Amino acid sequence: MPKIIINQDKCKGCLLCVNFCPKGLIKKSTKLNKQGLNFVEVDLKDNCIGCMQCAIICPDCCIEVYKE
Amino acid sequence: MEKIFKRGESLYDVATHYCPGCGHGIAHRLVAEAVDSLGIREKTIGVAPVGCAVVAYDYWNFDCSEAAHGRALAVATGIKRVHPEKVVFTYQGDGDLAAIGTNETIHAANRGENLSVVFINNAVYGMTGGQLAPTTLLGQKTATSIEGRTKKAHGYPLKISEMLALLPGVCYIERVSLENPQEVLKAKRAIKQAFENQINNLGFSLVEVLSPCPTYWGLSPKESLDWIKLVMRKEFPLGRIK
Repeated sequence: MPKIIINQDKCKGCLLCVNFCPKGLIKKSTKLNKQGLNFVEVDLKDNCIGCMQCAIICPDCCIEVYKE
Repeated sequence: MEKIFKRGESLYDVATHYCPGCGHGIAHRLVAEAVDSLGIREKTIGVAPVGCAVVAYDYWNFDCSEAAHGRALAVATGIKRVHPEKVVFTYQGDGDLAAIGTNETIHAANRGENLSVVFINNAVYGMTGGQLAPTTLLGQKTATSIEGRTKKAHGYPLKISEMLALLPGVCYIERVSLENPQEVLKAKRAIKQAFENQINNLGFSLVEVLSPCPTYWGLSPKESLDWIKLVMRKEFPLGRIK
């Protein structure tokens, strides 16, 4: 199953990945990171299709995508 | 598991100083990916502009130089003439390339210097507080056009890419956008093409990138991308110009 890993310390919470994930797996966190910003987190990893849209649009290169 | 998307070798693993949703982060990554995919990291020299991207050399893992405001193409000309075997590119915003540096831009293009240019057009001066730039759209509100840009007071948006396309020394000009992942991939291909042209000694190549500035457009990051698609693209149509 494909999966993504988000670097939460570098995330600035612009939420572009949230808008472009076709499966709606990425959500804004209620917690704050080192920069004092609401980062994003993934739930329901099992539905990820590895389309890389989140990683391609991320302005801060925070997302790594893995595939079997 | 196999990693299918990761940060390339040409992009340092550091946080950037850009605002959330800024297009510079994406454009920096596209340049780094183009350099990595061509395997030219060891012989690439970038010239950073004055503007928001002034410390771009802190994010790229290849040689870089800084230039005075607008003079990146003059500095790049010198570097390329002394080191013709190196791949030299400039990375400039609209306030740098199309305002204070118009002179250097036009003459470098007219001389047909064998250089690649990544031109980030976000329709405002970002670094200094969102003032009106030559590329600001008619009706667009900025810090120095609070009622919106008017043709009577400020003139029309400057289409520097179309102007440069008239010059015989220019071999390649394309306008791309960062409005969604599909367009980002097209932008990546265009930037790679500009580097390939230089490697093949074809002359001056420029890629104009329509890039979001959520902070000074007063929009959210997603609304900024929609604004590029619905408003900015009408004034600056995408596609290959030359």
